[in-house]
Amino acid sequence: MTLAHPALSDNQTAGIKPKRKVRVVSKRRRKVENALIAYSFIAPNFLGFAVFTLGPILFAFALAFMHWDGSNPITFAGLDNFWRLFQDKSFIDAFWNTIIYTVVSVPATLICALGLAILLNQKIFGRDFFRTALFFPYVASLVAVAVVWNMIFNPEMGLVNMVLYTIGIAPENLPGWAADRHWAMVTVILFGIWKSMGYYMVIYLAGLQGINSELYEAAGLDGANAWQKFIHVTVPQLAPTTFFVTVMLTIQSFKVFDQVYMITQGGPGTSTLVLVYHIYNEAFISWDLGYSSMIALVLFLLVLTLTVIQFRRQRED
Amino acid sequence: MRIAGRKISGGTIAVYLTVIVVTIIMLLPFAWMLSASLKLDRDVFAFPIEWIPSHPRWQNYVDIWTKIPLALFIYNTSKLTIIVTVLQLLTSSFAAYAFAKLHFPYKNTLFLGYIATIAMPWQVYMVPQFLLMREFGLNNTHLALICLQAFTAFGVFLMRQFYMSIPNELCEAARIDGMNEYQIWAKIMLPLSKPALSTLTIFTFVTTWNDFLGPMIYLTKTELKTIQIGLRMFISQYSAEYGLIMAASVVALIPVLIVFLSLQRFFVEGVASSGLKG
Repeated sequence: MTLAHPALSDNQTAGIKPKRKVRVVSKRRRKVENALIAYSFIAPNFLGFAVFTLGPILFAFALAFMHWDGSNPITFAGLDNFWRLFQDKSFIDAFWNTIIYTVVSVPATLICALGLAILLNQKIFGRDFFRTALFFPYVASLVAVAVVWNMIFNPEMGLVNMVLYTIGIAPENLPGWAADRHWAMVTVILFGIWKSMGYYMVIYLAGLQGINSELYEAAGLDGANAWQKFIHVTVPQLAPTTFFVTVMLTIQSFKVFDQVYMITQGGPGTSTLVLVYHIYNEAFISWDLGYSSMIALVLFLLVLTLTVIQFRRQRED
Repeated sequence: MRIAGRKISGGTIAVYLTVIVVTIIMLLPFAWMLSASLKLDRDVFAFPIEWIPSHPRWQNYVDIWTKIPLALFIYNTSKLTIIVTVLQLLTSSFAAYAFAKLHFPYKNTLFLGYIATIAMPWQVYMVPQFLLMREFGLNNTHLALICLQAFTAFGVFLMRQFYMSIPNELCEAARIDGMNEYQIWAKIMLPLSKPALSTLTIFTFVTTWNDFLGPMIYLTKTELKTIQIGLRMFISQYSAEYGLIMAASVVALIPVLIVFLSLQRFFVEGVASSGLKG
């Protein structure tokens, strides 16, 4: 790039004019070139993303208003699929089960994760080991740990009931866990907390490390005890982390499927049937693709509404 | 109380006790799994538990390879996981560089397209995606799973957040030195983004290796199955052979454990620096 000296360009107007024109063209050209370079960076990912994610999402929304079994021609259904939701007892059960799962597991996981993060944020011996160990269930293969979970929580022979029996609980009062309609959801929720707690603990640890230690010193000078420091320094300082964790946890709980499939298969009865399980059944068992897309649309709207509400509250704070 | 000349407060002891008890509870299923994998089926549920079997049955680890095509499942899963992870790392960091450091028309619109889908559960569009793949003739192929897992909004978002924290002056200086954008990406950005790349590697590797619903929908032929659905198939076929099931489960866990342990020190750093904390 050559820089024209202002004094020189004034004196040599005639000579520079055509030159300038050339530079304008090359500038525009460079802009186009730059854009092309930028697009070449984006293209590999974006093409795959557009074809395999964006496209199907739009198609999913359209399909919710259609009838289709995947082989015969598609027919327009209008709001048929929507009205059907209200008569579908399984959908209503799945809806409430998903809500219950979310309402219980989100705060429980959050509190466990925060508690552990605070414990492990202190300078204790073997801290790295504990962090790694507590994080490991999150990365462990679900199929493998779910089968262990089923064995440990086996009502007749499992370790948990054996221990409960040993500490004096009568055999008829022992929980039936996955086999009992009142305990099945508890079993699934406990599994979910155990599996994902470590991940959110790591996020909280990152949040805790971002808190300025001077804030604690100042609170200490004001005579605050540990609990007061926690309430007046840690909690407000962690608000953005808590927000992120809540949003992530809520989305994850609405998407819950794998662990239900492996621990209870949605049963007994419909006691652990959740929305995604119902979508799966309607799509890949009944091949009622329009209706399953309608349930998916409801799921999406639920997640979207909750996320927007949480964003609003975050902004107000 | 004094230990080794240092004053230890009651609080510290409580912290240690809590942490140790919680860790034991969290790791208990793994210990149980390992212990059961070395037992005869009839001893698996014996109570009180013999945590370290007096006669470890190593034969379980020999039998699993012949009862199911476990080696094939592991090969399939490794192949899928490695391809998806490499594609994900390359394309995400490539696209993220443009979003973070270059100027071009429709940049914000395109980025919004990515952001909008991050909160979208995969289950919402898994059915149309399946129909699309069937249309392409990709049903019962590994390519289908590669296509649906390699180009995620999450990867682009995570890398972009990290690149935003790298000063622009660094790129400017490189441009003045005559590097083109591709060189800047390869020689400056990539080496600097190790924490973010490690985080993304862990996430992608773990998600792909452990994916269940995807392979379950797409792969119905036994020779294509991944370790997760293969393991599941094994469990339903031999539901009473607890020792074997546990041995196969241990084998399925090992690769994830290795990747996780070798990259985990980057993890906290990666989560923190990619702006995930809000």
